Amino acid sequence: MATTARTKAELDDQFAELYRSHLRDVYSYAYYRVGNHHDAEDLTEQTFLQAYRHFERAQAESDGRPLRPWLIRIAHNLAANLYRVRSRRPQTTIDDTSGLSAVHTTEDLVEGRDELARILAGVKELPNDRREALIMRFALGMDNREIARALGKTDGATKVLLHRAIRQLEGIVGDEHSRS
Amino acid sequence: MSTPGADIETLLSRALRPIDPPDGLSSRLELTLVELTELAVGELEGWELSAMRDPRNWMRPVIALAVTATAGTALVILRVRATQRRRAMLARSPADLAARTGRAVAAEARRVIRR
Repeated sequence: MATTARTKAELDDQFAELYRSHLRDVYSYAYYRVGNHHDAEDLTEQTFLQAYRHFERAQAESDGRPLRPWLIRIAHNLAANLYRVRSRRPQTTIDDTSGLSAVHTTEDLVEGRDELARILAGVKELPNDRREALIMRFALGMDNREIARALGKTDGATKVLLHRAIRQLEGIVGDEHSRS
Repeated sequence: MSTPGADIETLLSRALRPIDPPDGLSSRLELTLVELTELAVGELEGWELSAMRDPRNWMRPVIALAVTATAGTALVILRVRATQRRRAMLARSPADLAARTGRAVAAEARRVIRR
């Protein structure tokens, strides 16, 4: 019994560490995925609660690898569920990324508002998997291997995915730039 | 390069910068996680069999057992809390609200256990 209690306490400590280390990652991912703070908060909360439920098994199966991709995968699946539920209720706007500009400072807005707005609009136009890969790389700073684990793809496929996402985004932004 | 003088990856880094979670979220989530741990231990240790005579008390130890095994109670609590305002609006009386809440807890507990 004492051993069980100690193990539980250790697990709770380890989970607390995971939570402290990655709260911002999960929130950033959630925010860029859903486009508003309200849903991002809900998604973050649900992600950590679900992670807590499965933490012991995930840790055992991780073989010492970082658990950030696993956390982001949970958030990814929950976001997909949210989109499915909302899509059955067409009156609810789920793709409102206009709030994205709220995360930028006055300095950004003065220096490159149009440029950043074009980039964000371009990201929004990308297919889901490309957009998510870019969020993981640039907002969360994940490397190819981590992104691959989060998306359930191979390292090679992820490298190609990122490459194509950037090329497609360049095309979108370039077209927009030449039109304006 | 489509945007003169600026590398697309640099722009992406600036556009997709990390976002700090609101303070309220951190404290709420931490509180929920602490409750989750303490609830299970407290409920089971403090439970008296005599309380089982009152059906209104049945759900709490059942949930405590579930949380000890799976930590699923966090989801039950969160979901029931999330819908409490709606139930309060629909309830005709405090007793009706209690009955609705009880049914919601049971339904959420079943959902979590089925997972």
